[in-house]
Amino acid sequence: MSEPTPPSRSTPSAAQSSVTETYELSVNGRARSVPDAWIGESLLYVLRERLGLPGAKNACEQGECGSCSLYVDGVLLNSCCLLAADAVDADIRTVEGLGDGEHLTDVQQAFLDAGAVQCGFCIPGLIVTVHDLLDRVPDPDELQVREAISGNLCRCTGYGRILQAVEDVKLTRLTETEVPS
Amino acid sequence: MSADTTATTTRAPGVRDGLDTDAARPDGTPKVTGAFAFSSDLYAQQMLWGRTLRSPHAAARIVSIDTSAAEAMPGIAAVLTAPDVPGKATYGLEHADQPVFASDVVRYQGEAVAVVAAEHPELALRAVRAIEVVYEVTEPLTDPEAAIDAPPIHPDGNVFRHLPLRHGDIHATGEVVVEGTYEMGMQDQAFLGPESGLAIPSEDGGVELYMSTQWLHVDRDQVAACLALPADQVRMTLAGVGGAFGAREDVSLQVHVSLLALRTHRPVKMLYSREESFYGHVHRHPAKMWFRHHADRDGTLVKVEARLVLDGGAYASSSTAVIANAVCFAGGPYRVPNAEIHGYAVRTNNPPCGAMRGFGVVQACFGHEAQMDKLAEALGMDPVELRLHNALEPGDELLTGQVITGTAPVREVIEAAIAHDLPPLPVDGESVMALPGGAGLTAERGDVRRGTGIAVSIKNLMFSEGFDDYSTAGVKLELDRAGRPLATVHCACAEVGQGFVTLAQQITRTALGVEQVLLRNADTRIGSAGSTSASRQTWMSGGAVQLACEAVQERLFERASVRSGVAVEAGRRRHFRMRDGEVVEVDGGFAMSVADLLADGPIEEIREHHHPATEPLDEDGQGNAHVSFAFAAHRATVDVDPDLGLVKVVQVATGQDIGRALNPRAVVGQIEGGIAQGVGLAVMEEILVQDGLIKNPSFTDYLIPTALDMPSVVQTVIEQPEPGAPFGAKGVGEPPTISSTPAVVAAIRAATGRELPRVPVRAQDIALA
Repeated sequence: MSEPTPPSRSTPSAAQSSVTETYELSVNGRARSVPDAWIGESLLYVLRERLGLPGAKNACEQGECGSCSLYVDGVLLNSCCLLAADAVDADIRTVEGLGDGEHLTDVQQAFLDAGAVQCGFCIPGLIVTVHDLLDRVPDPDELQVREAISGNLCRCTGYGRILQAVEDVKLTRLTETEVPS
Repeated sequence: MSADTTATTTRAPGVRDGLDTDAARPDGTPKVTGAFAFSSDLYAQQMLWGRTLRSPHAAARIVSIDTSAAEAMPGIAAVLTAPDVPGKATYGLEHADQPVFASDVVRYQGEAVAVVAAEHPELALRAVRAIEVVYEVTEPLTDPEAAIDAPPIHPDGNVFRHLPLRHGDIHATGEVVVEGTYEMGMQDQAFLGPESGLAIPSEDGGVELYMSTQWLHVDRDQVAACLALPADQVRMTLAGVGGAFGAREDVSLQVHVSLLALRTHRPVKMLYSREESFYGHVHRHPAKMWFRHHADRDGTLVKVEARLVLDGGAYASSSTAVIANAVCFAGGPYRVPNAEIHGYAVRTNNPPCGAMRGFGVVQACFGHEAQMDKLAEALGMDPVELRLHNALEPGDELLTGQVITGTAPVREVIEAAIAHDLPPLPVDGESVMALPGGAGLTAERGDVRRGTGIAVSIKNLMFSEGFDDYSTAGVKLELDRAGRPLATVHCACAEVGQGFVTLAQQITRTALGVEQVLLRNADTRIGSAGSTSASRQTWMSGGAVQLACEAVQERLFERASVRSGVAVEAGRRRHFRMRDGEVVEVDGGFAMSVADLLADGPIEEIREHHHPATEPLDEDGQGNAHVSFAFAAHRATVDVDPDLGLVKVVQVATGQDIGRALNPRAVVGQIEGGIAQGVGLAVMEEILVQDGLIKNPSFTDYLIPTALDMPSVVQTVIEQPEPGAPFGAKGVGEPPTISSTPAVVAAIRAATGRELPRVPVRAQDIALA
């Protein structure tokens, strides 16, 4: 999936009385200018409302649900709890920047194949979180998987098909990396 | 995670991804890449942000509202209050008793008083805070039992509905009598995508409203009435819905955002925060319930008596229908020859309650299933045996006197649930994380006790009591630019995650033999599809799509008749049928591809689908009020640390009556997800309301199950095609939520010996009882 090239959104500055700044963020490997923005805006808000990257979702705005999960300098974070202006000079990677621009990632494909998607609101955050888990821990047991995704709330699925998708990716990756005898 | 689904009959060989397959969701890829547009993702040039000012009090008189400071703030485009509503001042799903804006009194904490539109969401927040409202706080009416006779807090009175039900000999008595009082807390639907929508003023003075909702047309009608616009000037389009579960059946911000767009002549977006979402939609009714069950010594049920009081909160919403479900199914999925039930849905100054998955049956089921266990104990009988002994069968009468004419595999779902292997006991060396308390590392393995419990439920499908909740669908069949057949389906059915979009494609592929099926946006340019609720859309809108497809088929047959000179039919005998993308003559040699028949031009047909008519309930709660019924059984296994009161739900095994699995993989997901909400209600989920005020409006304090809380689910579906149902399929969404809750609580009772008459079960209910 290619990163969408959003139209530049004309989001007015907050208010004359508010402090605004122009700054630059590095998102999915590209420099993105954030002109004349109130510095109280979260990274989640700036990505969604100013940079046209709606993949990270806003469901709780207090770091409880994981719907806004993304990487900042390679670390999985809830982007609702970070000011965008604090992420200057950091390497930000969102769900839109996970793939090679053309194909679904193995995690994305596994979610579809396992039937893990219903309403889908939590799914982008879960996709990022599962990538993070399996890149760090190639062979997690079920309890490790449950713990790793326990910061991502899903209200539709009861997690069963999501756990199935994680298991499927894990086994496929382990098979692919086996040293042929 | 095993799933025993065995639906593999193929009706249309040669068509990929038709009925009875695990066809993929058409919205799946954008949902995993982040490209899918939910209502909160909408954007328009020159868009303003709307925000609501809400009452901080559960009950108060409004002395004055001063918006001048807010209006004077820079970047504020509009501040609206009650006098700015041009049309009807109130709205409501079934009874228009809720003000668009409170003007004289507020009746619950969170009631809307004003809205603002601003250039930036932060400015909107500041403007809301700058509105000065002087309240004279009054004593809130918060006890639903007291509300029945208390002075009315609304001109329409405090009792939304008192529904008595008398069946058989109400004076009958049994040899064994058990009695109990039960209580259910207020559950939240807690969908992940908060309320949001975008309103764009249109040139004709109307409004285009893009909204996440469960029922476009009933929203449209309420918005039009409040805006004093003809219905055709309010054009609604479904925007991506982040879950629903009943919470989007009522109007939330639809009227407010439309008013702001019309006033400012600019697009306006509203988006509730999570906290505001807790105030901005209705919840599951809390209940106080008394039951007395009579049985003979052999376990045969003789009579059920019950008094059910549901707290509807400040406004009616769907309370009158919720209480009807609670009353009609207070006996459970059992033969009960005699009954006297009184149900009350009442108005209080608590948060308004309405639809949530299971809709009234959840409350009743928690009571009747606790009673069945109590009865089994009094009889010295096995709880499963008692249930099997009394299980409803086709031809049996319900408490309403209605005879079950369709399928009723109650015995089968019970037997399927208990046939699953019990989970293994915790073993030494297993992570302490798997014990009650999990990451808290509080439980000692030696203290943990295991328990198992069972519960069974009956749920009505579709709307009841004479309501004609029809659906409408249009199907257009034409050639695409490459000359291949292309079907386009148009239906206002709200896709909320359940997978109707997938099913609509499957139905069309199978009926017309075409692989390419597009879905138009769900909107109000076509007739109503009814609500995505009551487990009804597979039956109602699935049926509408099928009818439209059959009408298109008929037109293909007419064209084939012209080409072949063979009559479409003679007598009642059809001369054509569909086969692998062709129309073929049944007895002859004529065959022509759909593509060739479409050379004459596109075919488009629209059809309405109505379910068989039902009747209102009479003054004794008797009547053929329901269309069809679905049954489920759940067996839960729990580990409990009794000293700390901590519960780990280890496994839920279920058997569910689904008629037919049209998409087996989607059925698995519905069952697992429904059980998650039932488990949540059993052990963790409650909106805490004190003096009418919500104490925990956040995901920090209102806890829904995480992946660590969810048990493994093992399931068996029972496929007995339902007569009269399109494809024989019953809705599957609600039953998983209904009896999973009482099954978990029964398991905790078995592990602890505690009575546990209330859900959710709290640590203190176990440890300090």
